[in-house]
Amino acid sequence: MNTPAVALTGHLRREARTERVFRVATLASALLVLLLLAGVICTLIEGSWPALKVFKWSFVTGERWNPVTDVYGALTPLYGTIVTSVIALVIAVPLSFGIAVFLTEICPLWLRGPVSTAIELLASVPSIVYGIWGLFVLAPILQHSVQPWLIDHVGSLPVVGALFQGPPFGIGLLTAGIVLAIMVLPFVTSVMREVFRMTPVALKEAAYGLGATQWNVVWDVVLPWSRTGVIGGIMLGLGRALGETMAVTFVIGNAHRISASLLAPSTTISAAIANEFAEAVGDLYTSALFALGLLLFVLTFAVIAAARFMLLRLERGAVKRK
Amino acid sequence: MSTLRRRRIMNFVAFSASMFATAIGLALLGAILWTLLSKGVGAVNLAVFTQMTPGPGSAGGLLNAIFGSVIMTLLGILIGAPIGLLAGTYLAEYGRGTRLSTVVRFINDVQLSAPSIIVGLFVYMLLVIRMGHFSAIAGAVALAVIALPVMVRTTEDMLNLVPRSMRDGSAALGAQPWRTITHIVYPAARNGLLTGAMLAVARISGETAPLLFTALNNQFWSSDLTRPMANLPVVIFQFAMSPYKDWQQLAWVGALLITLFVLVLSVIARSISTLFGQHSNPGE
Repeated sequence: MNTPAVALTGHLRREARTERVFRVATLASALLVLLLLAGVICTLIEGSWPALKVFKWSFVTGERWNPVTDVYGALTPLYGTIVTSVIALVIAVPLSFGIAVFLTEICPLWLRGPVSTAIELLASVPSIVYGIWGLFVLAPILQHSVQPWLIDHVGSLPVVGALFQGPPFGIGLLTAGIVLAIMVLPFVTSVMREVFRMTPVALKEAAYGLGATQWNVVWDVVLPWSRTGVIGGIMLGLGRALGETMAVTFVIGNAHRISASLLAPSTTISAAIANEFAEAVGDLYTSALFALGLLLFVLTFAVIAAARFMLLRLERGAVKRK
Repeated sequence: MSTLRRRRIMNFVAFSASMFATAIGLALLGAILWTLLSKGVGAVNLAVFTQMTPGPGSAGGLLNAIFGSVIMTLLGILIGAPIGLLAGTYLAEYGRGTRLSTVVRFINDVQLSAPSIIVGLFVYMLLVIRMGHFSAIAGAVALAVIALPVMVRTTEDMLNLVPRSMRDGSAALGAQPWRTITHIVYPAARNGLLTGAMLAVARISGETAPLLFTALNNQFWSSDLTRPMANLPVVIFQFAMSPYKDWQQLAWVGALLITLFVLVLSVIARSISTLFGQHSNPGE
């Protein structure tokens, strides 16, 4: 017997069953995001365990990286990672600030869309393209004009001079830093632009009412108000720079050596993994590369999490004020 | 000099500097595109699309690499997008305001900017070691892991843009939440979701690091998913680093192809979302 009432009950039951399935599926997918992170952490620890057991803390403090004698210390790649990222930020932050100010304060409305799209497109260019461009275009320019000038004019100065000595290789820490700067530029700009835009208009208008110039408003009103967000954006850029792999692998020179000069070839954590992993023979060598990966993960996770936390705090504040 | 005058000069200097910074940013994009066009376009010919990657020092094409990239990107998005859609749905609908979704959202945002080489190591341990050799499927999984956070983030943003009243109206007619979501909310957010998927494809199609020790590379044609497969990014890496002129030339062609594909896709994705008034920026 199939009366309309029975058919309806059956239909409702099916609807309710699908509802349960769908709800569980969405929950499971959300949990998978957490599970992936847990999986990454577990794999990295599992993979790096043999190396960490042998070298303990000297893995982080050791300077020697020698596959022949099976001695591995991460100090050189760690140093290279940090130095290139710092160079990247020193170059990218002022540029990003300038671009963000241009986009929010100066740029006529009709030009805003095209300019911000163009800057954001820098973020979609694949990292490998930055690498090949850095190696074949940027490095020769640096080697033939910029670096000789730096060596001649800055290299002889006290203190800072040590950073710019030695032969101009073209590839090395400085070149990698410059390429990284171009790559993080769109990310830092984008965050700065967003947080500048969140500044309450009333605050800015009050400052204009007191006779402030546009620059006064940017420097004394917008920037202090959005400070947390700006720092968050910079740290997000730092997180990107620390973990960037392919572009750096092309232009860093891949030398396990710490030199005072920024012009010298070196290596970074990610470049060392990318270069050596496929060829690593022996369990300890592979495990040491996994340990490098773990180190990079801890470093970037801390930086990015701190950045996200700061941006989240600013966003919540803005919502509350509204 | 009066304060006003000094402030005006400062204003002028600072704003000139900011325009200069913008000019540098635009010039860099121009320089990179110009290099790609000038070095790549001249070498594009039929052989690129009809022949396999050559041995050292001889001419050839990129057919197997293009094929491999397309296959792995498609597989990656086919695995990553549905899961990302469901997870984003949880954040925007069922889990709205719960502590779990706050945690998932935060972790997802962190993964959005996490280094992709770590994903390579993860999938190496997960699949390559278990299977005993490199494979295209491992490459696709690595790409899916990278596409996932992009999809989760855009899905949540886009679903949140759909007015709550539409859900209430559907519920008032007796629809279960799943029916409301799949028949009312998803269609309303369709363009935004499409943008998200396109941005995810753009993101993974140029990824190199996670493929280095998952899909590896293959000099020959292969459509076997359980074997190493050629792909454009790794071929570009290998060829550009080589001393052979023929190889370097092909690397430039490959770089041009990938960049054009990614840029065109990003521009289309952006214009879909601006044309239809939906905006999200998963890059941040």
